[in-house]
Amino acid sequence: MTETQKKDEAKTQSKKRQKRFNNLSDIEIKELYTPEDIKDFSPSMDLGEPGKYPFTRGVYPSMYRGQFWTMRQFAGLGTAEQTNERYKFLIDHGNTGLSVAFSLHTIYGYEASDDRSLGEVGKEGVAIDTLKDMEILFDGIDLSKISTSMTINAPAAILLAMYIVVAEKQGHTPDMLRGTIQNDILKEYIAQKSWIFPPEPSMRLIIDTIEYCTQYVPQWYTISISGYHIREAGSTAIQELAFTLADGFAYVEAAMERGLKVDDFAPRLSFFFNAHNNFFEEICKYRVARRIWAKRMKNKYGATKPESMRLRFHTQTAGVSLTAQEPENNIVRVALQGLAAVLGGTQSLHTNSFDEALCLPTENAVKIALRTQQIIAHESGVADTVDPLAGSYYIEWLTNKMEEEAENYFEKIKELGGVIPAIRANFFQKEIANASYKYQKEIENNERTIVAVNQYRQRDACSTEILKIDESVAETQVKKLNDLKKERKNDKVKEKLEEITEAAKGSENLMPYIIDAVREYASIGEIMAALKDVFGTYVEDSIF
Amino acid sequence: MTEQRRIKVLVCKPGLDGHDRGAKVIARALRDAGMEVIYTGLHQTPDDIVNTVIQEDPDAVMLSLLSGSHNALCPVIMERLKKHGIDDVLISVGGIIPDEDKPKLEKLGFSGFYGPGTELKEIVEFVKSNLKR
Repeated sequence: MTETQKKDEAKTQSKKRQKRFNNLSDIEIKELYTPEDIKDFSPSMDLGEPGKYPFTRGVYPSMYRGQFWTMRQFAGLGTAEQTNERYKFLIDHGNTGLSVAFSLHTIYGYEASDDRSLGEVGKEGVAIDTLKDMEILFDGIDLSKISTSMTINAPAAILLAMYIVVAEKQGHTPDMLRGTIQNDILKEYIAQKSWIFPPEPSMRLIIDTIEYCTQYVPQWYTISISGYHIREAGSTAIQELAFTLADGFAYVEAAMERGLKVDDFAPRLSFFFNAHNNFFEEICKYRVARRIWAKRMKNKYGATKPESMRLRFHTQTAGVSLTAQEPENNIVRVALQGLAAVLGGTQSLHTNSFDEALCLPTENAVKIALRTQQIIAHESGVADTVDPLAGSYYIEWLTNKMEEEAENYFEKIKELGGVIPAIRANFFQKEIANASYKYQKEIENNERTIVAVNQYRQRDACSTEILKIDESVAETQVKKLNDLKKERKNDKVKEKLEEITEAAKGSENLMPYIIDAVREYASIGEIMAALKDVFGTYVEDSIF
Repeated sequence: MTEQRRIKVLVCKPGLDGHDRGAKVIARALRDAGMEVIYTGLHQTPDDIVNTVIQEDPDAVMLSLLSGSHNALCPVIMERLKKHGIDDVLISVGGIIPDEDKPKLEKLGFSGFYGPGTELKEIVEFVKSNLKR
């Protein structure tokens, strides 16, 4: 290199926007990717055909040419009556699946009247205490025709039992029901924190639901193994990928230990991922998740059915990426994130509403979010061909790199003795807290730009319309619950609750007992209390 | 207060809200700024919080609420703190607090109201310059 060349080189280098280009998982991104970066790449081994092992290109042969992803907007607010109205609004506007957000008191298994429920009833989701509320929630909605996803974890078995009984009252048998319960307790200890029982009895309840559904509710997705909350708690994309898949393997192992055959239950496991800001990183995350899952299911757990190896997933755009500053900009963020999910081959999608850094979404904001999906589907043309990014040097390199990094995490988790011991050692919690602090520091040091937050910021007052939940919701809910307790057969309820406690002491499947109690209008709080008597509760270490 | 004494801060998560990313990031930023930080962990009832304040005697209490339960929980927490004669502690609340709720909370004695997108150094500065003792 001559002196002039050296100078030119130095000049070009100094013109770069940043000293270092790294994605959200802190993987350094090169200026250019070439065939050299994927020297060992084999399209037949690494990708396969769409709909075939290892499913890197997607779980179905023709993907969105057959039908678009399910546009499933998560919704729930106030009372069952209010949410029922919102569902009917969404169905009228083309929503093709329901997704229930529950009130925090329901999520934690307390009655609306409990001291702990103070201020929480109906604020973040719909308030459900008993079967009566569920009957109202789905009033006028035919449960044999719609698929319903319920975001519920610790009390998942109870809400599933209620859904089965509501359907029964509509005249439908359990085998006709389609939907999902989140039912993923491991990520609760890791990230979302709505645990109730300790990990071991929680795992038992989950395997009870898997076992029950395998036999009686065969079209139901028994668990939605979730990376979403891990990411929202501040993890990187690679942590989201690795921790979620590790949780998935833990459920597979627990179900096999119960004596279930992998090909009997694995086709009904599903996943739930986040769609964050770094476009290509997100796309690669979905592609590699499918590949890792397929390989393990086949090679380690001996699955033989393709359906058992197929990782199907729901995506939600990143709530954590939404800004309270100039909230309208979030519409653009959500569009890019939603596009990444589609290019990554998602089976269903929730696009966030632009006002969600401020409140639960208003009806107008929800409509724009749904329209965003419809525009991606109908106007952009991206859904016309399968996995259009395959073979890109960058995409395939990053997909491989993420697999390698995920495998490193699997090794570490194994060294710690598996997922539950790693939770008890606060391994995941510390990894996530470190990543989230690092991300925040990068923003504050202007190493990462968030538009209108740390750059281009104007200090205008926010003028967005805010949805407020009426404080009277709690009062209404408590009254409903008290009235119901006067009407129902309380001796019957007591008997059914005692039977649950008794069964919990043994090793029988608890689902039939829970269904019986729900039918008598026992509340979620009462059923959880009956189980707590035997299972106890979990306390986490307060690390930061 | 002398220069030597470290500021002691209690970071709290009241109610059932599990969104603890912000609380943890703030706890760490305050610690990195040289303060002594205690994080209560999740699901604190008003009584849990008051008991911890009595035991730990912090200079500042920072509540983080994102579930919309602030209007119900904050008045109860303040009332119980006052009942125990705690009036020289900076009590702040952050998370998702709509503008229209702020005056009422301010009147009760809450301050801060840091929401999404706030810079950590702003929060550190706020604690340093608003202590009551």
